[in-house]
Amino acid sequence: MSGIPHDHYEPKTGAEKWLHKRLPVVGLLYDTLMIPTPKNLNWWWIWGIVLAYCLVHMIVTGIVLVMHYTPHVDMAFASIEHIMRDVRGGHMIRYLHMNGASLFFFAVYIHIFRGLFYGSYKAPREVTWIVGMLIFLLMMATGFMGYVLPWGQMSFWGATVITGLFGAIPWIGEPIQTWLLGGPAVDNATLNRFFSLHYLLPFVIAALVIVHIWAFHTTGNNNPTGVDVRKTSKEEAEKDTLPFWPYFVIKDLFALALILAIFWAIVGFMPNFLGHPDNYIEANPLVTPSHIVPEWYFLPFYAILRAFTADVWVVMFANWISFGVIDAKFFGVLAMFGAIIVMVLVPWLDTSRVRSGRFRPMFKWWFYLLVIDFVVLMWAGAMPAEPPYSTISLIGATYWFAYFLVILPILGIIEKPTAAPATIEEDFEAHYGTKATPAE
Amino acid sequence: MIKKLSIIALTALALSTGGAMAAGGEGHVHDTAFSFEGPFGKFDQNQLQRGLQIYTEVCSACHGLRYVPLRALGDPGGPELAEDQVRAYAAQTFTVYDPELDEDVPAKPVDHFPMSGDPNAPDLSLMAKARAGFHGPYGTGLNQLFRGMGGPEYIVSILTGYTGEEKEEAGTTYYENTAFPGGWIAMAPPLYGEDVEFADGHSNELHHEAEDIASFLMWTAEPKMMARKQAGFIGVLMLTLLTVLLYLTNKAIWAPHKHKEDHTS
Ligand code: HEC
Ligand code: HEM
Repeated sequence: MSGIPHDHYEPKTGAEKWLHKRLPVVGLLYDTLMIPTPKNLNWWWIWGIVLAYCLVHMIVTGIVLVMHYTPHVDMAFASIEHIMRDVRGGHMIRYLHMNGASLFFFAVYIHIFRGLFYGSYKAPREVTWIVGMLIFLLMMATGFMGYVLPWGQMSFWGATVITGLFGAIPWIGEPIQTWLLGGPAVDNATLNRFFSLHYLLPFVIAALVIVHIWAFHTTGNNNPTGVDVRKTSKEEAEKDTLPFWPYFVIKDLFALALILAIFWAIVGFMPNFLGHPDNYIEANPLVTPSHIVPEWYFLPFYAILRAFTADVWVVMFANWISFGVIDAKFFGVLAMFGAIIVMVLVPWLDTSRVRSGRFRPMFKWWFYLLVIDFVVLMWAGAMPAEPPYSTISLIGATYWFAYFLVILPILGIIEKPTAAPATIEEDFEAHYGTKATPAE
Repeated sequence: MIKKLSIIALTALALSTGGAMAAGGEGHVHDTAFSFEGPFGKFDQNQLQRGLQIYTEVCSACHGLRYVPLRALGDPGGPELAEDQVRAYAAQTFTVYDPELDEDVPAKPVDHFPMSGDPNAPDLSLMAKARAGFHGPYGTGLNQLFRGMGGPEYIVSILTGYTGEEKEEAGTTYYENTAFPGGWIAMAPPLYGEDVEFADGHSNELHHEAEDIASFLMWTAEPKMMARKQAGFIGVLMLTLLTVLLYLTNKAIWAPHKHKEDHTS
């Protein structure tokens, strides 16, 4: 499967040969597990496994929850309390699922920023990147709909606000919103379809994860230097790589165990820290909570959504040029989706041929600023939509777009990259090799 | 005691400048030290029983606990009443409607606490998780990370936060309360101190009663807290062990490829 030359599976016993002729599944597993992997991968490369674990974790805990949950507006909230109080181990299952979503998003954000720093999105890994972005979008949809299921106040009002965004689309918005909700407002029909989709989407994600892995197994992994693995012969390739099993499996599992120990402490000792107290109040369409705040992992995009108010000049300009079709609300929606679309397009927006940020002296700083920007947006998204927070959101949102649309294209032209090592082997030796200490 | 508490309250207030930004609104929530806080914290069984008594004698007149089954009173990690005590408490305190007999009969342990009798009084089952304390500093929530979300603190602050001022609006009397968002609550002060007599002679000063009922309500909101923390400890321990083993395995596997490691370790 991989373009890197390496040993392939050879069936040995009669039974193996028999099966291999008919279904080469063992060979597929062997090649997947033994794929040559750049030996200089650092700790930022462990999050893919964490994500794979998260997906399994969410599906397993989710299926158990479904056994006891009732998707009906009159019973959903009580059925969650039933799980918390009467179902054996139910409180743990629920907290594991609830906080598992946070771990999932925490991991995906690190994974994405890893890709952004080391240029993993650049040729030839564009397809891996785009499939990853599709996964990310589906994760957001799944997370959003899952949060509606317990039918608390934030569930209900979050669903009302977010589906209301579709209503901002000119002309066709309101019919679309009604169609999505299954009625004029968030109600039983909404809850039922969200439940159905919340169960379905993780399996779509699972399929896309297979495609994602297939894609980067075809190109081979990127690595911290961004330098390609030598592919002319097996001997050379073996100087740059080590097989995935056992070297990276064990390394990744070590990291995963450490992360799970911390995760377990959160679940055991402060399972509600990342949640919102209002979701322990049953949904009430007649009482609006004082602040409607989405889950933490949506906050950066929520901040971008709210940043563009009617008094911002770009909004006024868009409004004027579109003869009033684009109002502030619709502009915010466009900005929010645009913030993700610019990420999808980054393989073509970044004009630099150098992959890794390590060897890009100017890029580095803009990248660190982007990470800070993301955190600031997350914080601003939790604050009320009023000055000074709205101004901070606006600055943050502007930088987000500037990074992708202006800074990356220009940097590739004006920046003078520093010298990267010629091979992965050289990079690895510089860290762990005989050069650092005298030879034996 | 009052002095100590007000000192604590004042320090908490001073530490959390801008503490007015409590998650729920602008009320003042002061910090209270509860036995169940932190990873090692445990419910105080006697305190839960006193809280149950306060709920039964005072709050239940208006507030329900609809999600709490009466049998939970006997569960481990809670007030842990004996089985016959649970049965007696259920039968003597509440009645439920029996559709077959078409009449109200004494409640049994399988039944739940009743719903709120006063339609304006919210159900208290989850109140301790549905409210938060100070979400600071600067909206970061760090305070809650170390001291808990603050629901029980909020309840104590409400019960002890009455100023004595009253006003009437559209036929409803509102009572000024320093913890309630907006400052005026429609609940008359339910506790003044010495509202209940505890069999063990425990203090029934207002702030003690408030802490007792707040603890009890934390339990009604999170009856499995003790089991959860225990699972937390076991899980963290096992995973830490696994981490160490995998760390050593990883080091051993990589050693031949990392020559430097051969010399330094
Ligand atoms: C006379 C009836 C009555 C009694 C007795 C009573 N309450 Fe209330 N309680 C109310 C009403 C009414 C409200 C709603 C107040 C409002 O929303 O303004 C309320 C609200 C509350 C709230 C919620 C405040 C909020 O943030 O919304 C708490 C907590 C509370 N009561 C606790 C108690 C406790 C604890 C007791 C027993 C010590 C008690 N109440 C006894 C009537 C009562
Ligand atoms: C369910 C979610 C996901 C799973 C299970 C997953 C899994 C993985 C795994 C196992 C790897 C290889 C190891 C690693 O580099 O960490 C990987 C690589 C990669 N992922 Fe993901 N991923 C997910 C989501 C995403 C998303 C949302 C993106 C962003 C667009 C993304 C972008 C990438 C890229 C560019 C690589 C290649 C990096 C390399 O090969 O060095 N992934 N993914």
